[in-house]
Amino acid sequence: MSAITYSNARHERLARLARRATWRLAGGVLVLWAVATLTFFALHLMPGDPVLAILGGASGNPTAETIAQATREFGLDKPLAVQYALYLGRLLQGDLGMSYSQHLPVTQVLAEQSWATLQLTFSALALAWLLVLALTVLTAGRGRWVSSLASLAETLAAALPHFWLGILLLAVFAFGLRWFPPAGSDGWRTLVLPAVALAIPLAGFIAQVTRESLELTLEQPFVLTARTRGLSDTAVRFKHALRHAVLPGISLSGWAIGALISGAVVIEVIFSRKGLGRQLYQAVQAQDLPLTIGISLAVAAVYVLANIVIDLLYLWIDPRQQGKTA
Amino acid sequence: MSELTFETTLPAVRVQRTASRLRPGPLLAVTFLAFLIIAALAPQLFAHSDPLAIVPHDAFHPPGWAHWFGTDQSGRDIFSRVIYGTRQSLFIGLAATALAMGIAIVLGLLGGLGGAYLDRGVGWLLEILFAFPSLVLALLFVAIFGSGVGPLIVATGLGGAPGYARMVRGQVLAVRNAGYIEAAVALGHPTRRIILRQLLPNAMRPLIVTLTMGVGQAIVWASALSFLGLGAPPPAPEWGTMLSMGRDFVANAWWLTFFPGLFIVLTTLSTTVAGRYLQQRLEGRLS
Repeated sequence: MSAITYSNARHERLARLARRATWRLAGGVLVLWAVATLTFFALHLMPGDPVLAILGGASGNPTAETIAQATREFGLDKPLAVQYALYLGRLLQGDLGMSYSQHLPVTQVLAEQSWATLQLTFSALALAWLLVLALTVLTAGRGRWVSSLASLAETLAAALPHFWLGILLLAVFAFGLRWFPPAGSDGWRTLVLPAVALAIPLAGFIAQVTRESLELTLEQPFVLTARTRGLSDTAVRFKHALRHAVLPGISLSGWAIGALISGAVVIEVIFSRKGLGRQLYQAVQAQDLPLTIGISLAVAAVYVLANIVIDLLYLWIDPRQQGKTA
Repeated sequence: MSELTFETTLPAVRVQRTASRLRPGPLLAVTFLAFLIIAALAPQLFAHSDPLAIVPHDAFHPPGWAHWFGTDQSGRDIFSRVIYGTRQSLFIGLAATALAMGIAIVLGLLGGLGGAYLDRGVGWLLEILFAFPSLVLALLFVAIFGSGVGPLIVATGLGGAPGYARMVRGQVLAVRNAGYIEAAVALGHPTRRIILRQLLPNAMRPLIVTLTMGVGQAIVWASALSFLGLGAPPPAPEWGTMLSMGRDFVANAWWLTFFPGLFIVLTTLSTTVAGRYLQQRLEGRLS
């Protein structure tokens, strides 16, 4: 009897999670549509003639005929509303247009560059969490000196701008000690310095909230109960306290994805890495409208998806939240 | 939720002690911030050489007695440049934070007071803005309006606005139903006056801390944009621009990038530590 109600409850919980995921996905699609619309119209207000950008800038001295031909080719002679409708129609078919500066389909550029950025941001996020767990679980509630020393380290880490950290790492470990290559994007050795530069400030932010919540958790009655059952200190920290303590940090990870993508722009430029961030920077400078819109959309899509995943992860770790946040 | 936990864990004795005595951390932070403000107003008090003076035979001097922070590729004194750069960097940080807060207050008030539909609309707008990471939003903005100090401030402010707006909206919703608002309504005060005199000051109080810390963050984001070459144009003594200029020489002249970055870090650190101290004091007074 009890087994049946248990499986029913579990089933219901899964169904509720699925319903929530569907709703969030639908909301996410709407957000992406708005992002596409906003960037489309905003960038068409951009000063400068897109046709000149297509033909390689004003210095290229294009003739009147080539200008007219390019204008027709890229559909720039049509009214803005028509261009927008055509753009949305193509977007639904997964076509993001042709990059003006690279003369390649935007989707192809995205496919080539996304992997490097995903690799960078996710290894940075994983490294950051590793640092956070090591630092907080080992030092939280261990006496005043240890705590304040660790908390000083976290505050300092959070205040470090990643671009400065990136330059320092470059100067010390790439040019000074020559342990890692200063630039490039092939192999794990090129990934180490950029990932560390992104991870350390992030770890500082997440560790601050995780430490606070871990110290609060360690004072809870259930921790005392676990200790009286004879569990070792390490077991108490990892098995019981951690699950409660990571919640604020996890909800911060949603914000972290955005911060990491922002950071990736600068870090990819510093380390001359392949990736969406550097590509976006170049696209903006080259006035490459389709590529700029395409990358913004891709970034927004990753952000929206990551936040849905984090939302669900939150519910999975802490089922108590289900009633509250519906 | 966090307020609740604070109340249960911070005993009154401890709050009183932190409120009455300034510990070394906050003291250092406030001293450094005061130094920055003086340097911004009167840089000639600390730096005696011209931040733009070119002395070719003095190029790439490492830090030493004559040049505390060394010299750059044109023999300009880095210490003077960092000190003179304080004005612009601080101004950019403050202006961007003020702009972000201005936008946030408008959106937060609309969301918190404007009824269900408006609130939902503001919620959507925020969700859309959140989907652009700050630097991506700033890059798009710079793409449309060009680079320079003005667009840099607006871009940084826009990047920070959604986060603040969410907080303002939450605060407005929390304060809206307070007893003193009800009392003011019952006394027949005009709505505008209630918003300006009662609602906003009370809703903003917890945000003072966030704002203090926000100035530091705004300086970091603005220098990231300057670093990418989208801010103040090169020889200008601005911290981010200096970092960007020094980047090409990082292999053999580390001091070109180390010192401007150090000032950015110390500024952010000081605003964070000062902000936290303020938070403790405010909470001590409230409880």
